[in-house]
Amino acid sequence: MAAVTELGAPTSAQREQFPVLSQRVHGKPLVYLDNAATTQKPQSVIDAMNQFYQSDNSNIHRGVHELSERSTRHYEEARVKLQNFINAGDWREIVFVRGVTEGINLVAYTFGRKHINEGDEIVISAMEHHSNIVPWQILCEEKRALLRIAPINERGELLLDEFESLLNPRTKLVSVVHVSNALGTINPVAEITRVAHRHGVPVFIDGAQAVAHMKVDVQALDCDFYSFSAHKMFGPTGIGVLFGKKDLLNGMPPYQGGGDMIRSVTFAKTTYNDLPYKFEAGTPNIAGTIGMGAAADYINGIGLDRITPYERDLLAYGTRQLERIPGLRIIGTAREKASVLSFVLEGVHPHDVGTILDREGVAVRTGHHCAQPVLEWFGVPATTRASLAFYNTREDIDALVAGIGKVREIFA
Amino acid sequence: MLEDLYQEVILDHSKRPRNFHHMADATRHVEGYNPLCGDKLKLFVKLDGETVQDISFVGAGCAISTASASLMTETVKGKSRAEAAQMMERFHDLLTTEKPRKADLGKLEVFSGVREFPARVKCATLAWHTLKSALTGAGEVVSTE
Repeated sequence: MAAVTELGAPTSAQREQFPVLSQRVHGKPLVYLDNAATTQKPQSVIDAMNQFYQSDNSNIHRGVHELSERSTRHYEEARVKLQNFINAGDWREIVFVRGVTEGINLVAYTFGRKHINEGDEIVISAMEHHSNIVPWQILCEEKRALLRIAPINERGELLLDEFESLLNPRTKLVSVVHVSNALGTINPVAEITRVAHRHGVPVFIDGAQAVAHMKVDVQALDCDFYSFSAHKMFGPTGIGVLFGKKDLLNGMPPYQGGGDMIRSVTFAKTTYNDLPYKFEAGTPNIAGTIGMGAAADYINGIGLDRITPYERDLLAYGTRQLERIPGLRIIGTAREKASVLSFVLEGVHPHDVGTILDREGVAVRTGHHCAQPVLEWFGVPATTRASLAFYNTREDIDALVAGIGKVREIFA
Repeated sequence: MLEDLYQEVILDHSKRPRNFHHMADATRHVEGYNPLCGDKLKLFVKLDGETVQDISFVGAGCAISTASASLMTETVKGKSRAEAAQMMERFHDLLTTEKPRKADLGKLEVFSGVREFPARVKCATLAWHTLKSALTGAGEVVSTE
């Protein structure tokens, strides 16, 4: 078995770092291919969070005692790790949020409420996750602004010319996904940002599906906002980062009011804290933040320069194997793609595919992947989605293919 | 066991659903929707007094939800509203209770295997929830359209 090790393939020692992966499900070895929903956590992340609760637990930014100083230090160290992880120019540009959903809502609620007025326009793409649609719809409804949708082609690629033709003096924000969770399309976000900036429009990038698969450099991208969630990069749930350019963040009103986001409070007047604390009201998810920092360390230890080419090769292998299956159609065939193999099987509903694969130990996602509009565009109500992480192997793909064989047998 | 879920009868009804058509002279039609998976079905009922004189459906769903709708229409056709409501309860029991009372549901008992697949219970009950809405509607056409 696995006599030939592909370049960059995970070693068994690396896979063993993920305790969840070593179990059997329904009597079969677990093949975890639902990484776009959430990734598994390495021991180092679990240990970092345990360590916090076992020996350092304390609130941050207030106590003068030893534990509080330790907690504060670890919390702020995590911020710097994540700053470096996406190469932000300043640690104050890293705001901790619950995840990308909150990152988008924060920008909609603060930047959006301040800068978007009646008749203004926001541009998103046709392949957005519901989280990059609904907050803008809420804002547009409130402000009587207009949400405009940049179209895609049949491969699931954004039409850049059409996108640019949507930009006009009323456009106040562009918000696009870096990597589509339903299709795997990698959007040319540097190009998108350049085009938008040429029209004087700031850009928000949803990086949820990108950061575990490719190096992100927000200074090189020159994007105005970038948000990503820990749990999609081997970290815990409920914590993520919103990056924003300092000048923009400074000009934005606070998001939530409460402790830690203020400098001084009187009943007459409250002055707000500096960045990034202005946006971090209340006691934050300290253990989660530390876990997210450990996840960044973990990815750096493996190296995105190794992960990206390996996953590209694995995705190409998976694509080839799936394409050989009669009646199978891959949804999303962009030339630039990462991680995602979304497909429909003739005559079989994705739910039935998912149930049968599960009994074979293969975990995939079925449904609309919180991206109903894009699936509607492709004319399918749902797909089966296998999504890869660096710890997946060709054997995992083979198990998926064998599982689909079983599906076809049952529904023959 | 997968074989308990995908029994021959279920596969047959999912591939060749019975009473699968629109009904122009339906007295009621209701749309059922499972937002979790996007399954949609439209149910048509022709009531003659208290009797389900005719019933049909259209829609797109998984094998379990399609077969369940198909077998449901076969079973409740000609039954009274009260009988249909009673069956609905027993069917729900069959799918969700550890030790169901004697189901006495005939062909519908092929769905007992769904109990081992909690994520799929909603697929099997979608048609029945839709029927309930059709039969308890306040005498008017109940539609989400």
